[in-house]
Amino acid sequence: MYSWYKRNQIAATPWLFLIPALIMFAMYVIYPILQSFNLSLYKWDGLGDAEYVGLANYEKLLLRDRAFEISMWNNAKWLAFYLLAIPGGLFIALFLNQTVRGIRLYKSLFFFPFVISQIVVGLVFTWFYDPTFGLFNAIIGVVGLGPVNVLGDPQLATYGIIAAGLWPQTAYCMILYLTGLNAVDPEQIEAARLDGAKGMRMLWHVILPQLRPATFIAFVVTIIGALRSFDLISIMTNGGPFGSTRVLSFYMFEKSLSEYGFKMGYGAAIAVVLFLLMLIFIGYFLWRMYQDEKGGH
Amino acid sequence: MFQYSKTLLAALAAATTLAGNASADNLTGDLKIFLDTSNPAPRATMEAMIARFQAKNPEMNIETTVIDREAYKTQIRNFLTANAPDVATWYAANRMTPYVNAGLFEDVSDLWAEPEIAENLASTKGAMTIDGKQWGVPYTYYQWGVYYRADIYKELGLSEPANFDEMVSNCEAVIASGRKCYTIGTKWLWTASGWFDYLNMRTHGFDFHMQLARGEIAWTDDRVRETFANWQRLVDLGAFVDDHQNKDWQQSLPFLVSGDAAAILKGNFAVAPLREAGLTDDQLDFHQFPAITPGIELAEDAPTDTFHIPTNAQNKDNARAFLRFVVSAEEQTEINNGKNLGQLPVNAKSSVDDDKFLQKGFEMLSTNSPGGVAQFFDRDYPAEMAKAAMEGMQEFMVFPDNLDDILERLEAVRQDSK
Repeated sequence: MYSWYKRNQIAATPWLFLIPALIMFAMYVIYPILQSFNLSLYKWDGLGDAEYVGLANYEKLLLRDRAFEISMWNNAKWLAFYLLAIPGGLFIALFLNQTVRGIRLYKSLFFFPFVISQIVVGLVFTWFYDPTFGLFNAIIGVVGLGPVNVLGDPQLATYGIIAAGLWPQTAYCMILYLTGLNAVDPEQIEAARLDGAKGMRMLWHVILPQLRPATFIAFVVTIIGALRSFDLISIMTNGGPFGSTRVLSFYMFEKSLSEYGFKMGYGAAIAVVLFLLMLIFIGYFLWRMYQDEKGGH
Repeated sequence: MFQYSKTLLAALAAATTLAGNASADNLTGDLKIFLDTSNPAPRATMEAMIARFQAKNPEMNIETTVIDREAYKTQIRNFLTANAPDVATWYAANRMTPYVNAGLFEDVSDLWAEPEIAENLASTKGAMTIDGKQWGVPYTYYQWGVYYRADIYKELGLSEPANFDEMVSNCEAVIASGRKCYTIGTKWLWTASGWFDYLNMRTHGFDFHMQLARGEIAWTDDRVRETFANWQRLVDLGAFVDDHQNKDWQQSLPFLVSGDAAAILKGNFAVAPLREAGLTDDQLDFHQFPAITPGIELAEDAPTDTFHIPTNAQNKDNARAFLRFVVSAEEQTEINNGKNLGQLPVNAKSSVDDDKFLQKGFEMLSTNSPGGVAQFFDRDYPAEMAKAAMEGMQEFMVFPDNLDDILERLEAVRQDSK
């Protein structure tokens, strides 16, 4: 045994180090994924015997379930509008990237919404939107609009929740960009300035390319954040009014684990769809990272 | 989750005056009780009751666990299979079905055969029965009905409505005075289904309501449409407060307190917060939901909370003794009085607290509910149907024009769950 290790030391050592992580990953990530796939082929209430139904759950989900359709559309809205956090974060980061007295305090204040719990953010925005005493209606009332019941209107509610989500997410992107801006090479900026670049041209052609790593991370966390949005929806509307603000993750929870749910197979089918959706994005990101690594050497 | 040790319970027992004159049964062994009565008042009531049981059986080792009421609804599935207590709280009627079907609740028909229970608990036997057997015992229930501002009615010269037309004309008068007729908060959906329960039971009767619950009648049936048409009379009047879709029921109460709304359709649990908010018994009054279709027997919603013995329990004899103790006439009088749960006792031999609303509710349920007693929409209807229907009802109350679409959607759910 010992001599075998001696002979193969170089090849075997990395695997030895990897084994604990691989076991954990297989047990707590890979296995549950396979389990979900398997469960989605059954009809099961979590108590009695599971009944094999083949692809019936998917058939119902994809062809006959309007709630699922609404959830998909809402997920698309989340994906599209949540990305506004990236230019928003960049803007604030550029704005805050200066040396004046007390700038650290301003930076922390801007970062604050990311530190507080999503539940608190949800509550604050619920009060903000409240049609009777909320600030939102007081503000739009000044210019003669409203009153609007944002969270009670099926057309507006999702956008209202996304806006609440943008508040902490913008702060997160801001921090990523602030760190990135620290690493921007001052010599290049000097050189660009000598060549007469300024304003938008400077930003677009000199600063942004150097911020690419930060932009990449910001995209990853924002897209994943959009797909797993759950707590804000749960606290602000509970999926309502009449199910118009559900997203896939919330619908999955409702179908499988909430008070009126316990359709485990159906919930698992939703989970599988959500997983495949995420896989597209995650696959793309991994591929990009792999390409970058290859290019870097 | 909070664990209570025997010593603490013993101390509680010693502090209870009733402990002194309780006759000792002296059962031994263990008893593990799981409760979902996590709100302060019900919790204290339950703990005091268990302390009295402990005093009767000083040798028994009782372990009580109180679980948050909402969390309990999901945890029960785990603990009934994995780590079953000897006694657990739950709800009557269809809410028991999944556990009865999975064989997780013990058949306690033997208790119901005992004369003490058979004679005194007859009124709730139906709600505890599935497949001709009883699966637990009730420990409390409460009435639903219209709680209204008597002072506003008086000011406008209105009286309690005797039929639906009067209910509508009353409402017109209330609206003309610049108020809303009914306050409601439908964010958590179930409040809307209270209206459906009453409108449907009054339009077509208890049996029709239950046939619809069992999925024997299509949601697109004309009779269901008639129920919604009655509802629409109120919606079109503007009877309900605005923006109810993002208020919970607690947030709907201030409208009644301030006098911006004249009434609320609600269970008796609304009385305590309304009194705390400053309404006196002269201002607040109660009336039964009036008849709609003449000749249809009146039926009421009266949700019942229950105790069960899990099939996997270890100490079933002690559990049965505890269940007998809970439903006994004197315990029922004690735990349901105004200082404790403030609800109605299930035992016919116990006395009802002389609280105005409990008296009215008790009289209504015992003398003027010939059609039957329903549990409540989301306890009578299967879970998936209930969820979809309540969502549809909320939508209907905001956009009544969507009714056709809503009913077709509900019918699709019914077809799917057949």
